[in-house]
Amino acid sequence: MKKLQFSKICKSFGSVVANDNISLSLGEGEILSLLGENGAGKTTLMNILFGHYVSDKGFIEVEGKKLTPGSTRASLDAGIGMVHQHFTLADNLTVLENIILGTEPLTRLWSQKKQAYKKLQELSKRFGLIIDPDAKIADLTVGEKQRVEIIKALYRDASILILDEPTAVLTPQESEQLFRVLKEMVKAGLSIMFISHKLHEILEISDRIVVLRHGKLVGEVTTKNASKESLAEMMVGRKVTRPAYEKLKKGKAVVELENVSLNASEGSASLSNVNLAIHEKEIIGLAGVAGNGQTALASILQGLASPSSGELKLFGEVLGKYDPCYLTESGVARIPEDRTKEGVIGEMELWENFLGEELRTKAKSRFFIDKKQAVSSAEKLIQEYDIRCEGPFASTRLLSGGNIQKLILARSLSNNPRFIIANKPARGLDEGAISFVQQQIVNAKTKGAGVLLISEDLDEIFELSDRIAVIFDGKIQGPFDSNKVSINEVGLMMSGEMKTDSVYEN
Amino acid sequence: MMELFEMMLTTSLWAAVIRIATPLIFATLGELICERAGVLNLGIEGIMTIGAMAGWIWVYQGGDLWGGIIFAAIVGMIFGFLHSILVVYLGLSQHVSGIGITLLASSISYYAYTLLIPFSTTPPKIVPFSAFEVPILSSIPILGQALFHQSALTYLSYVLVIVTFFVLYKMPIGLTIRMAGENPVANEAQGINVLLIRTGAVMVGSAMMAIGGAFLTMSAFDAFYFGMINGRGWICIALVIFASWRPGKAFLGAILFALFEALQVRAQLIGADVIPYQIFSMMPYFLSILAMMLVARKAAYPKALLVPFRQGDRI
Repeated sequence: MKKLQFSKICKSFGSVVANDNISLSLGEGEILSLLGENGAGKTTLMNILFGHYVSDKGFIEVEGKKLTPGSTRASLDAGIGMVHQHFTLADNLTVLENIILGTEPLTRLWSQKKQAYKKLQELSKRFGLIIDPDAKIADLTVGEKQRVEIIKALYRDASILILDEPTAVLTPQESEQLFRVLKEMVKAGLSIMFISHKLHEILEISDRIVVLRHGKLVGEVTTKNASKESLAEMMVGRKVTRPAYEKLKKGKAVVELENVSLNASEGSASLSNVNLAIHEKEIIGLAGVAGNGQTALASILQGLASPSSGELKLFGEVLGKYDPCYLTESGVARIPEDRTKEGVIGEMELWENFLGEELRTKAKSRFFIDKKQAVSSAEKLIQEYDIRCEGPFASTRLLSGGNIQKLILARSLSNNPRFIIANKPARGLDEGAISFVQQQIVNAKTKGAGVLLISEDLDEIFELSDRIAVIFDGKIQGPFDSNKVSINEVGLMMSGEMKTDSVYEN
Repeated sequence: MMELFEMMLTTSLWAAVIRIATPLIFATLGELICERAGVLNLGIEGIMTIGAMAGWIWVYQGGDLWGGIIFAAIVGMIFGFLHSILVVYLGLSQHVSGIGITLLASSISYYAYTLLIPFSTTPPKIVPFSAFEVPILSSIPILGQALFHQSALTYLSYVLVIVTFFVLYKMPIGLTIRMAGENPVANEAQGINVLLIRTGAVMVGSAMMAIGGAFLTMSAFDAFYFGMINGRGWICIALVIFASWRPGKAFLGAILFALFEALQVRAQLIGADVIPYQIFSMMPYFLSILAMMLVARKAAYPKALLVPFRQGDRI
């Protein structure tokens, strides 16, 4: 008998069909990967399983019994556990409190913490998920938080575990560890559904792969018959070409950081004594787990913060004025981390967003906007960068993530910048958009710009960078030539487990 | 200075402190429960006013004292429910709704009072809760008489401090309340109805605020008059922060503020010819601000305080 069976699930939101007649099953002790781009319908399907949404048509069976639709409680009781991509934990509470939440009847007068403690430790030991039950969530690392999420599901005796993009936040070593735990759990009879778009992980961990595209189930293969290329093609619907790497002779330094430090403000990591030089015609990849000082570095390079000590040379001259507008004028382009918050203003129209960043440089007079000129240049860029929209007067928030990113690229790259700070430029985009964004960055390099590429995705870093630096706890190691360092070494440096003598070259 | 020190050792001072603190304890605990569930309740000032009014009117119309307390609590709950509809179910601004509730509840109280007693210049009195001594405990020197020769409502406030602590920290429902204020999505993911939890917390909290108000008419002043809450609700908002959202500390905070208040009344009597009395009236608030600056700077706010939760908002 199948552990879990989706039968002909359909779900639409307005005119958008998120799930179109999807049937799939999960066997006992199996790891099934669900592969698909953003918006392919993976999350919708999981939300239906977990009772957040009710499907328009179709039904779900767990061990042959129909699952009550639209009830999270019913799904939990049926033994389904979910590890959400964004953790559902409370920072100010302890591990134990987070785990026992909702497991006891609310009418019970006394929380039975002692028993809970015991059960928690048994689970920890059995699956090798070591955690301190009394620690506050806020004090845990991302990997440990994920461990808590997994234990939470196991604590409820889940027999089906769903992991939504679990490795997105982990270092390669942490991912390896997670995979060991998952294999342990499968041996113990659990069934696992693994949602991801990282092909090499899917190939490593799963027994069977199901591919979704535009809400439809487009393919199902056993893992041993699958390859990276065939999966990518199935997922995107056509062959995907990533930009080819080309080493160019690097030019003068565009940015030089000398002993730059920035003391942490509330809730952000600090930088200490960072030395880094970025040259014309090179891409430096900065690898690191989020929250290790990338944001601080990026804000200095965008002129949003000035370092508490140290010096920044821009195009050979010491930067005296940390002012975003000044930096933009002098040839720095930014691709911000959070494109909808820092990149564009959703409520404004496209042409206004194009103009926003260049108001002081391009406006004809001090007081008035030359709307005609702005609109026509917006129209030109929309065409040049293939931004899918209704035109320059469309509201920006209606654009998809990929198209917003194209807008940002068009705005900053059309000025032929000399230095580009690209903070996670491909985050959350689908394959098609990723290859477009990466190609644009490579083109900019060819035209002579120096690029600092901040990313958590090591594949991306290794594919694009000439040299790779690693940031951990506010300190930078490297940069190393990208063909002289391995993914494994970079991963170890990202988690602070490997230290090398910093190689600083001008 | 010597005089002040001697005063600190008198039973009468501490008895006054407890009397002043009692309504603050009720209302601070009420606000604390609301905020722990993620809802700021600025309706507190108005809910205390209408609680004072409701309790008083019940007794004035011939009802008994405990009936008055229950009536006040129910009226408080109704206004808490109204606040919940606006901020929990509709997700409106908690600030705006709270101030609206305060204005509405106060106005209704005064309107009802004016309808009932149109021509009175001196507010009519009722027979209040009488004080009774707790045997043994009341014979502790100085503090015994102050703490344990009070009205039943004061004892109820002591009990509520302990009950609130146990509910929040020892019972499963307390964990879900705290989680609703920290990360409601976590509740949702465990199949718990966040909206229901928040509504319940706001209603219970509001009932406690209303009882705090009722203490003033039914145990302290024996009558209802205009402006009688006089900013006590706002003080409780500050006390919750001062207490870092912990019931025990809330109790201590209320006592501390009451001590400042009782001292300033006495200091006015001693030093009125040297220093204008307004300076003394100002002191409790000034000292509260100072205490907040010292204590509450590192306070860990409930993470989801003020953040509306909409069911189906996906994670």
